[in-house]
Amino acid sequence: MEYCGSDMDNSGDKRGERSTWSWWYLLFLVQFVAVLWPPFYNKAEPALLGMPFFYWYQLTCVVVAAVMTAIIYVITER
Amino acid sequence: MQNVNWVALSVFVLLFGFITWLGFAAAHWRKGDLGQLHEWGLAGRRFGTLITWFLVGGDLYTAYTFIAVPALAFGAGAVAFFAVPYTVAVYPLLFLVFPRLWHVCHKHGYITAGDFVRGRYGNRWLALAITVTGIVATMPYIALQLVGLQVVIGGLGLSGTGLVADLPLVIAFLVLAAFTYSSGLRAPASIAIVKDILIYITAFAAVIAIPIQLGGFGRIFAAVPHDKLLLAVPGPNNTGAYGAYATLALGSALALLLYPHSLTAIFSASSGRAIRRNAALLPGYSLMLGLLALVGFFALGAGVAQLPEFAAGFRQFGNNFAVPALFLHSFPDWFVGVAFAAIGIGALVPAAIMSIAAANLYTRNIHCEFINRHPTPQQEAQLAKWVSLIVKAGALVFILFVPTKFAIYLQLLGGIWIIQTLPTLMIGAYTRWLNDWALLAGWAIGTYAGTAMAISQDLKPAYPLKLGDWSLPGYTAFYTLILNLGVAVVLTLVLNALGAGKPAADETVAADYRA
Repeated sequence: MEYCGSDMDNSGDKRGERSTWSWWYLLFLVQFVAVLWPPFYNKAEPALLGMPFFYWYQLTCVVVAAVMTAIIYVITER
Repeated sequence: MQNVNWVALSVFVLLFGFITWLGFAAAHWRKGDLGQLHEWGLAGRRFGTLITWFLVGGDLYTAYTFIAVPALAFGAGAVAFFAVPYTVAVYPLLFLVFPRLWHVCHKHGYITAGDFVRGRYGNRWLALAITVTGIVATMPYIALQLVGLQVVIGGLGLSGTGLVADLPLVIAFLVLAAFTYSSGLRAPASIAIVKDILIYITAFAAVIAIPIQLGGFGRIFAAVPHDKLLLAVPGPNNTGAYGAYATLALGSALALLLYPHSLTAIFSASSGRAIRRNAALLPGYSLMLGLLALVGFFALGAGVAQLPEFAAGFRQFGNNFAVPALFLHSFPDWFVGVAFAAIGIGALVPAAIMSIAAANLYTRNIHCEFINRHPTPQQEAQLAKWVSLIVKAGALVFILFVPTKFAIYLQLLGGIWIIQTLPTLMIGAYTRWLNDWALLAGWAIGTYAGTAMAISQDLKPAYPLKLGDWSLPGYTAFYTLILNLGVAVVLTLVLNALGAGKPAADETVAADYRA
């Protein structure tokens, strides 16, 4: 029954959530720049399965950003 | 009522019946005393990682989003894809800032943004400004959810004249109002699980099955007019469509989590850790939204706008009818019922959370601050329940009697207004250096300038800013946020220099913002 808040007890928090700045957070800048700078990706080629670059690049960024966030979470939570 | 799709309608009604039962049954889920505002309005802050994922996902990715983003792709092309960078940029903010806000609100029992501002800055007028902005920005957002519901009801073939035409919407609304009143935030949380599963099934079915029917992505994109396939390349001394695209994405990302319904869903999490985990998990919805944006292109590829059976729908709902028309065209009837139920239920979840959030704000930061300073916990919760009904009734009346375009305009203005609360809330989560009166001045100037700029552009989101020889068209909310911050910083420096800035007591301390 993980779904009804198995981490609601405070034991998780007491295990020392990191509280200070971590340099790993700078990795977030990579995802910001990758998607917020249209000159990088405003082109049709190379297409993937008939989908222009503009579209599949940004969709890929969603997945990459999620993986990077997970990595940052795991590293900073230690 | 001659073209009713009975199979789809039956599936739709069946699923609606199920979530109605679920909404009422939710009162007993992780049972708490619903006579307490934090139990009714935040479900006792007990949701773990997974429920928070369903709740925040169901809350932020609304029915209107699933109708409007593909509709924008259908009508305007590439620019609709700003929803993707928008939802990429939002999660680092969720990861970094909002666990801090969660901790301080948990520690001090704050339920709303207004509570936090009152405690942090000790300034009831700043808290009032943040509260009123939240309520005013939320109201048209609730109304827009009803637009999403209206479109799918129209797609089912239910039509008529006068009051009969609005009857299905009114019924859906009464159901929503009743279960929100009785179960509070537990209702949308439990319904969100059903809604999100249905939406995922619909989105993946659409993205896999329809391109196969249409002969592959190559053919679909070939049907998109050439000038809409990519962003227009800007001319010299002009950031053009690039600047507009990026500022629209970034400004929307900065604004999204400040909405009361976002904060309510985030505050109901059981820990800061659950919020951080969700920053990595919620992009699952972004991916789905990106795929659904492509569905607008599928509708172009299928040529639904030219089919006579959909002419009436497009006449009534404009491009918002593109997705329902495509589903009716491509899916078997029973699955149309599932897909439309996904969108319809997808309207109820955020509408419920928004009305709860607005009710919490009114109760805590207007009524208890200015009208009755010492209510009992029972009176407080009871008042919030009534206010949630009034808020929803207001949205319903708006949709029934005011043209849809005004709800869309007001929602756009809402984005400009809500972003003005960023300095107080997000920077306030880190430091109290900014003076509270300076923040209030920045908020007022940003709100005024943003409203004036938007009106000067006939309520289009982009403002053609000129700086010297450069032309910088960009999202009004983003530009006015910079103005707001500038005013707040300069006035803080001035007030400090005058020695006038002796701030009121801050009831929070640095340690409250951490685990």
